[in-house]
Amino acid sequence: MSGAAYETVDTDVLVLGAGGAGLRGAIAAAESGARVLIVCKSLLGKAHTVMAEGGVAAAMHNVAYQDSWEVHFADTMKGGKLINDWRMAEIHAKESPERVLELERWGAVFDRTWQGRIHQRPFGAHTYPRLAHIGDRTGLELIRTLQDRAVHTDGVEVHMEVTVFKLLKSEGRIAGAIAYRRSDGSVILYRCAALVLASGGAGKMYRVTSNSWESTGDGTALAYDAGAELRDMEMVQFHPTGMVWPAGVRGILVTEGVRGEGGVLRNKDGERFMERYDHERMELSSRDVVARAINSEVLAGRGTPHGGAFLDITHRKPDFIKSKLPSMYEQFLKLANVDITKQPMEVAPTIHYAMGGVRVDAETGETTVPGLYAAGEVASGLHGANRLGGNSLSDLLVFGKRAGEAAGAAVKAKPAAAKIDSADLTEAIAELMAPLEQPAGENPYQLQAEIQDVMSMHAPIVRDGPGLQTGLQKILELGARARTCGTGGSNTLLFNPGWHTAIDLRSMLVNAEALLRSAVERKESRGAHARSDYPETDDDLTSVNYVVEKSADGMKVRAQHRPAMPEYLAEAVHRSHARYTPEATE
Amino acid sequence: MQVSNLELSIWRGDAFGGESVSYRVPVREGMVVLDAVLWVQANMASDLAVRWNCKAAKCGSCSAEIQGFPRLMCKTPITEYGSRLTVGPMKAFPIIKDLVTDVSWNYEVNKHIPPFTPSDKDLAASEPWRMQQKDVERVMEFRKCIECFLCQDVCHVLRAHDLKSAFYGPRSMVRIASLEMHPKDVLDRRSLLKGNAGIGYCNVTKCCTEVCPEHIHITDNAIIPLKERMDDAYFDPIRTIVRFFRGHAGKPPA
Repeated sequence: MSGAAYETVDTDVLVLGAGGAGLRGAIAAAESGARVLIVCKSLLGKAHTVMAEGGVAAAMHNVAYQDSWEVHFADTMKGGKLINDWRMAEIHAKESPERVLELERWGAVFDRTWQGRIHQRPFGAHTYPRLAHIGDRTGLELIRTLQDRAVHTDGVEVHMEVTVFKLLKSEGRIAGAIAYRRSDGSVILYRCAALVLASGGAGKMYRVTSNSWESTGDGTALAYDAGAELRDMEMVQFHPTGMVWPAGVRGILVTEGVRGEGGVLRNKDGERFMERYDHERMELSSRDVVARAINSEVLAGRGTPHGGAFLDITHRKPDFIKSKLPSMYEQFLKLANVDITKQPMEVAPTIHYAMGGVRVDAETGETTVPGLYAAGEVASGLHGANRLGGNSLSDLLVFGKRAGEAAGAAVKAKPAAAKIDSADLTEAIAELMAPLEQPAGENPYQLQAEIQDVMSMHAPIVRDGPGLQTGLQKILELGARARTCGTGGSNTLLFNPGWHTAIDLRSMLVNAEALLRSAVERKESRGAHARSDYPETDDDLTSVNYVVEKSADGMKVRAQHRPAMPEYLAEAVHRSHARYTPEATE
Repeated sequence: MQVSNLELSIWRGDAFGGESVSYRVPVREGMVVLDAVLWVQANMASDLAVRWNCKAAKCGSCSAEIQGFPRLMCKTPITEYGSRLTVGPMKAFPIIKDLVTDVSWNYEVNKHIPPFTPSDKDLAASEPWRMQQKDVERVMEFRKCIECFLCQDVCHVLRAHDLKSAFYGPRSMVRIASLEMHPKDVLDRRSLLKGNAGIGYCNVTKCCTEVCPEHIHITDNAIIPLKERMDDAYFDPIRTIVRFFRGHAGKPPA
């Protein structure tokens, strides 16, 4: 099986990932006239976007007439503790209403206001009610609408259950990718003129996460390997409210919509503790603040029996809860035997989202590698040090479209796929097949569990220098062991999850290392990155992003200074009513 | 009832055949069937093939037959069954391996359902559309579908008679209903329902409704109203008489 047998598939634009960003990108690229091929690790429509519950943030001012793109922009910047790419935040705030309305014209069905407009619900750290939603299954509506639109758009094709293993370049430009079909292990060489990464995050490197098996950070790792720069990798979001009990469901998301609809957080003494952490915004403070508050309560011995906080919405009428939060009602009843109309939920922080990722151009989503684009969670910049709820779905739509359009335009400028070096190809395929040659090597499930333990222990909500350093050493050791990784015993090519896990480990290790190295460098507390040895925010670092890059002697991290915001944007932030919660008051 | 070990039988095999293999799984509090299967994968059978994603009944990936009943593994606590449990793949679809089946037919069918089509006037409107909550509530039920394909699996037309070439199945009926009953959709899909989609094959046994993890009333709210629409156009006896006398006028949709 070491022979380099593979099938070749040609396309103009290759899209990695079929979540919101991938689908929106594919539609945009196809509309510009390009042939588009979407490659996804799971079945179509199962991507992580379906997990988004609360809504999509867009300043349409259907509920609060005062809302505007300026306020949405300011909320996003303040939520991200000002290290966001301000141009991305500007584009996002301006274009998201249009993207939401476009979705409606493609058949999406949103909840309505009494005037028949799209309803918008309040959410954490958004000044005004801003989240267009459909009960608590907004992500499903978004992905189903885009999925249907994509399969009925001429020129879009989908390859399901295919994992991309390596990106290939020619003359410094992206030229293709090597992948394998999960069902039978057959190898495919994709040749393309442009490639859009839309592969999501890397939550699987932690033990308690709302992410699925898929979220192993493939996109960031592939881009890094191809020479692209990563940015803000230290910024991973703990969603404040994940399920904690029973053990089997630990980490499953409890939508922020519960708090948006009036849910309150209490500790075991019945105290509404958010009063002490952010008395202005209370439960609807930004996610980093609420997550750390719950964490602090638990550490102070005021946690619930299973180590979390109580989230209570029983003061609302049962019918209201069932209509606004139907899947939460069902989820707790079925999985925890808790009736949320009568009893409080038990919640604790869970790893949810990567703010960091591939560094992209704000206008086009192009990475630092020509021909390589990125959009959605895999990209970085929009969310800075902390993402606001609802800004992810709008991110997917706005930047998915832009990246798809730019990739489509790039194809027109340089249509022919460049030649791919056959030595590169043979080497990559040999690497891909290596675990199958030594099935009894290191156990991939064991290694994955160890990575999760290291990250959970050494890069938790509140970090410190020595802990991060120790974590880094351990990850490097695991990286060395992963080189002799087997499959757990079987060398079959036929749907072999042991082999698939061995391949995914490579991505997880790159993401873990980048996170730890960047976290070591950022010697302050800011947003999702809190350090007990540097508890204050350092104003001098507000203009700094940490950029990760591959060099001849391994991974390098450097500080990069961002240009200052133009006057009108700085003014928008300054004027905004939104409260900026300084770390010092926590 | 709390048990310390679970005797879990999982069907192992591929397109050429297979058999149930028994595994002993230590039970944790709150364990669902998917947890037990993934424990086996991580500890006893590294190449055990299983699909899953969200683990929260939102994506519809982990469909299987638990004690012969089509269910989502992530939503089924093992305590419902005691200390013994059998899990197998969905039977209506070709086997790939173990619990993974080839469900691509469902995606193919969807390509043949004409997508959402608003009127030219609505499409050209510069103002955002206005719709009342009451107008959209009816289709919201259908849009809850997570495409787990358990309804397709249990449908005897597809499962026992393998009539995939003649009937699109309950999932597709829910899809068509979500389009037909959308307040802004103007396309008429009745000829599709009568023809290739084969709605006449459904004899309303309601098995699909019973297995739907999203509790969509597939038969009552989607299939029966669609059947009525189709019947109105093609099989209304009074219209047939009118048509007999008036020739082309009042012709059913092509």
